[in-house]
Amino acid sequence: MSEAVGHEHHGPPSGLLRWVFTTNHKDIGTLYLVTSFLMFLIGGVMALLIRSELFQPGLQLVDPHFFNQMTTMHGLIMIFGAIMPAFVGLANWQVPLMVGAPDMALPRMNNLSFWILPFAFLLLVSTLFVSGGAPASGWTIYPPLVLQTGDAFPLLILSIHLMGLSSIMGAINIIATILNLRAPGMTLMKMPLFVWTWLITAFLLIAVMPVLAGAVTMLLTDKFFGTSFFNPAGGGDPVLYQHIFWFFGHPEVYIMILPAFGIISQILPTFSRKPLFGYTSMVYATASIAFLSFIVWAHHMFTVGMPLAGELFFMYATMLIAVPTGVKVFNWVATMWRGSLTFETPMLFAIAFVVLFTIGGFSGLMLAIVPADFQYHDTYFVVAHFHYVLVPGALFAIIGAVYYWLPKWTGHMYDEKLGQWHFWLSTIFVNVLFFPQHFVGLAGMPRRIPDYALQFTEWNQVSTVGAFGFGFSQLLFGYIVWKAIRGGQQAQDRVWEGADGLEWEVPSPAPYHTFETAPEVK
Amino acid sequence: MSTLRLRSRAGVVLAGVIGLLANGPAHAGWGALNMPEGVTPISSEVFDLHMLILWICVIIGIVVFGIMIYSIVQFRKSKGASASHFHESTAVEITWTIIPFLILVGMAIPSTATLITMEDTSDPDLTVKITGYQWKWHYDYMDQEIDFYSNLATPTEEINGRAQKDPNYLRQVDNRLVVPTNRKIRFLLTSEDVIHAWWVPDLGMKKDAIPGFVNEMWAEIEEPGVYRGQCAELCGRGHAYMPVVVEAKPPREYQQWLESRQAARSEGDPQMAKKD
Repeated sequence: MSEAVGHEHHGPPSGLLRWVFTTNHKDIGTLYLVTSFLMFLIGGVMALLIRSELFQPGLQLVDPHFFNQMTTMHGLIMIFGAIMPAFVGLANWQVPLMVGAPDMALPRMNNLSFWILPFAFLLLVSTLFVSGGAPASGWTIYPPLVLQTGDAFPLLILSIHLMGLSSIMGAINIIATILNLRAPGMTLMKMPLFVWTWLITAFLLIAVMPVLAGAVTMLLTDKFFGTSFFNPAGGGDPVLYQHIFWFFGHPEVYIMILPAFGIISQILPTFSRKPLFGYTSMVYATASIAFLSFIVWAHHMFTVGMPLAGELFFMYATMLIAVPTGVKVFNWVATMWRGSLTFETPMLFAIAFVVLFTIGGFSGLMLAIVPADFQYHDTYFVVAHFHYVLVPGALFAIIGAVYYWLPKWTGHMYDEKLGQWHFWLSTIFVNVLFFPQHFVGLAGMPRRIPDYALQFTEWNQVSTVGAFGFGFSQLLFGYIVWKAIRGGQQAQDRVWEGADGLEWEVPSPAPYHTFETAPEVK
Repeated sequence: MSTLRLRSRAGVVLAGVIGLLANGPAHAGWGALNMPEGVTPISSEVFDLHMLILWICVIIGIVVFGIMIYSIVQFRKSKGASASHFHESTAVEITWTIIPFLILVGMAIPSTATLITMEDTSDPDLTVKITGYQWKWHYDYMDQEIDFYSNLATPTEEINGRAQKDPNYLRQVDNRLVVPTNRKIRFLLTSEDVIHAWWVPDLGMKKDAIPGFVNEMWAEIEEPGVYRGQCAELCGRGHAYMPVVVEAKPPREYQQWLESRQAARSEGDPQMAKKD
């Protein structure tokens, strides 16, 4: 890759404005990742407030209305502010490097889609300080409850519109890059799995973000312009909102997990020193999951009183998702089988992902069973389920990806010993945090309550201890990354012995411009 | 949170004893691990279904995680393992697509059967209309001309930590929903403001109370007792403070309760408060 090295002189401009005007995919990737980490800390503080209040029954720290604001904002910030931007950041850094493209296909739009986000988050967070407080109706913002929101309401809607715009532009950019800028010889079925999963995710984003925009706009007109989409007194239907929301919401769930599948499919083969098992079936499984995500939405709302036929359809369709998801898990296990395994930090996070995500998958399967779901619905069992797929699922994949590619980005190896510490602390505490929530949920504790009956006390205390342990362990992650940026052992071009792919053929750190001449893929 | 303070000390003790007898220790603590089996034919079917799926998941988990652990132990580079290069096998991949599918079919059959029974609200012996409010429930015995509100009875002092918490903290009301045992009770659910959800785990089901719409569910309680639950759909500031307490009495006692209630009503004492 001597062509790439030859262009060192064409480096980034210096100063703050570099970050404002940059159209470079690596800079924008960094911006996304830093923003995501900041939002993760803000959302994390909210989670710790929630867990502190729940340490014992009774009201100790906060007012119930503020508690509801915290659960709502925690959800919105973690989903739209932490997980999604982290994946977009990883895509910005890695997709051009992995397909051999010089940059994203639409660099100026790339800049715009990032720089919308800080304003969206500012609007969202500012609602904490307006009259009536932040939205307090849960991140799903169901009417009629959400219509009782104070001054925060229009700010919330506008913020969601901005986040949606940003996501759609990001998705268009990723699709355009993957479909147009692949290196000669890289056919679709030769693309790395991370690129494949992001391609499919980007289509999901384009399909469903406008649906969310429609739903929240209908809320807006219901509140301010006298429409009655969701108001039964005017002939509307509150359940209609839930259908529209979850038509967005379920694909959204997969938007947050498919790129994680891609990351795990990169990391496991590298540290098993063995090619990914079942590449073709992995691609088809991802596409099947994406397709199924459009026909299962009502499993989030089995208790609204659907006709029997509807409940049966959504139960069967939801159960079907277990098939392609199972294929993926089996393929990952088969990739490790008879490999030559080493356990650097990215591999540890990937292995934990497979185990803990599968546990989240099991509880997902249980939730699909409608008769049992009538018991599980809106309890802590659901909270445990989606946190298992989002925290040791999506978040662990993101953390694993950062450890995996950080030496390529910074040119320095991270501190392996601290990385291992970070892994063990995170993995132990995440289970202390979320596993007991299965118990209290099954025993009858509803979600989104600031105060609870006495029999739930003990396991809530365990959960709170886990929350603080997990939360503070992530500060260590911040320190490890910062330390690797500042210095450390020089990373080789092919950072990991078993690594395979175009990103390992450019120097470490990756120069500001890479692949200005397209590489040849055989 | 309105709290009535007319209960006598004896009443508290009595209610506590009844509560203990009916529910076992209310403070289950570390033992609060699993779904209750409940007291209706449906709830025990649901419980069995839940345990069936759970055990299937546990077995699959043991197999999958077992293979992973074996790989982690056996195929370490540090132990000199060298990597094979196989990367696909159509036969294996088809097998592990078909087997899970068959397991799912095996789960779907009993689930469908239970669901069909659950959704059959026809031919009830008794119908109670339940209306959700921010933040209380209203019960209307459709054919008996009885209706009343049911409010949280836990005093504010207990919530704020200025008084010892009752064993049934947050799960006690001023007026219980009294129903007969061994009768098919149909519940009609609606709301006057936002969406609520009416849930008693021992009855095996919850359903949303939605403004402008009427939902249905049913239960046939087999054992007399007091069964406690609460609103399960976020409904605003007081969401944690709208409990559901159902008291199932044998039909004869229920009939007596009904008559005393109707008598009280005709004597113009609509709030013949019966406290926990």
